Amino acid sequence: MTALLSAQSVSKSYGARAGCMDVCFDLWPGEVLAIVGESGSGKTTLLRCLSGHLPASSGKVHYSMRDGRHVALDEMSEAERRLLMRTDWGFVHQDARDGLRMGVSAGANVGERMMAVGERHYGHIRATATDWLERVEIPEDRIDDSPWSYSGGMRQRLQIARNLVTSPRLVFMDEPTGGLDVSVQARLLDLIRGLVKRLDLAAIVVTHDLAVARLLSSRMMVMQQGRVIEQGLTDQILEDPQAPYTQLLVSSVLQV
Amino acid sequence: MNAPAYNFAYLNEQTKRMIRRAILKAIAVPGYQVPFASREMPMPYGWGTGGVQVTAAVLTPEDTLKVIDQGADDTTNAVSIRKFFVKTAGVATTERTEEASVIQTRHRIPEAPLTEEQILVFQVPIPEPLRFLEPRETETRTMHALEEYGVMHVKLYEDIAQYGEIATTYAYPAKVADRYVFDPSPIPKFDNPKLDNCPALQLFGAGREKRIYAVPPYTKVKSLDFEDHPFEVQSWSEPCALCGSCHSFLDEIVMDDKGTRMFVCSDSDFCARQRGER
Repeated sequence: MTALLSAQSVSKSYGARAGCMDVCFDLWPGEVLAIVGESGSGKTTLLRCLSGHLPASSGKVHYSMRDGRHVALDEMSEAERRLLMRTDWGFVHQDARDGLRMGVSAGANVGERMMAVGERHYGHIRATATDWLERVEIPEDRIDDSPWSYSGGMRQRLQIARNLVTSPRLVFMDEPTGGLDVSVQARLLDLIRGLVKRLDLAAIVVTHDLAVARLLSSRMMVMQQGRVIEQGLTDQILEDPQAPYTQLLVSSVLQV
Repeated sequence: MNAPAYNFAYLNEQTKRMIRRAILKAIAVPGYQVPFASREMPMPYGWGTGGVQVTAAVLTPEDTLKVIDQGADDTTNAVSIRKFFVKTAGVATTERTEEASVIQTRHRIPEAPLTEEQILVFQVPIPEPLRFLEPRETETRTMHALEEYGVMHVKLYEDIAQYGEIATTYAYPAKVADRYVFDPSPIPKFDNPKLDNCPALQLFGAGREKRIYAVPPYTKVKSLDFEDHPFEVQSWSEPCALCGSCHSFLDEIVMDDKGTRMFVCSDSDFCARQRGER
């Protein structure tokens, strides 16, 4: 088996300041990796480098395409990278408004990727959109409503449906549960966990919430000041943190 | 009354050369929006400054000019642009479609079939068909370059979801020569089929947006649609009240304040000819 995505000493600096430094890891098909750390630790910068939204200052990110080729992101043509982003990849933003097309209905949001890859049959698009809304627990009669009329949790689920409609193999999530209340968070996490398992998705989840990492991921990386200070199996790190910062992080979680 | 203070057709020769270069490029790449250094014209933006510049650049002293607005030769915009070129270029003008060698138009393509000897110049307010879906110009240019037109269908999907049919009736997006999606200016979709395989050269000028694009003669123009919701043009339940034509684009005219209405051809030249022949 080969790694789906592999990062080799990825660094990104903003002038003299470092966003992230020297990050190396392999992501295997069907694996969920959590990147945790406090605000400003470089999680989001790293995610944006990995997903090709931001060119890395140095280092390489390789992706293994469906046809078996291993391609470095920065060596891909722009057309190829954009095609990858709307077919084989998904990106779930923290704020659903960044990931959704707010001006059009929920159905059109889900159908957009299908139309982008050449689907030209309204009936098929509609049926698939309905099916996906059902899978993310959005009532069928809300299909023609604007996302503006949706609650935060529904928007987030709509964003997930919109990303998964082309059956991607890798989904990037940036704080997918940020800004939602805890009961909605729990349902959303449940849903994501179910989908990831059923669709055999690989995912990279950026979060500052250790509970999210615990529930979703099998492996995690802890970042501080742009560097990965600890990585390993999620349970192992949360039960037996080695680095002082990780120990602090784990002990800071409120127990109810 | 050719006022000597003006160069022929108002613009100076250098400007006309610049516009002609843009036109040549537009013809070479059908449907591609070519940027050009649009000039300030003696009329407000939105009145056809783009069309006027294109017309000025292609006009020769031997040309016969026809100007229409909403299909009619006698509306304000048409009359003032026609007078503008009579004054600055001294060219002959006509209201008859087949006598014209250059036709500047706003909102319509004439009903009478065009020929290889004719140039049709469109006035375009917003040349970018993706504008309302993607406001960033940098992004829309990339989308054109990479032929990423899926989002155009999002608009049509939205129409069907809301109204049960494609409710876009004017400025209906079409694909030129299987490559670029373009906005055929605010002509009714009734006229879209006339763009396809047209013997005349069709030029589009957007003055405020500083873009020129073209559909060369005999070029394929396909209106976007869905397999199960094919492209259709408007139809009317009654013929033109003046000439009785059943296959022209009709305008609705309110006759009084009691709800009386009348449907007549929007192409005034076509309507008059039909009446003359009867």
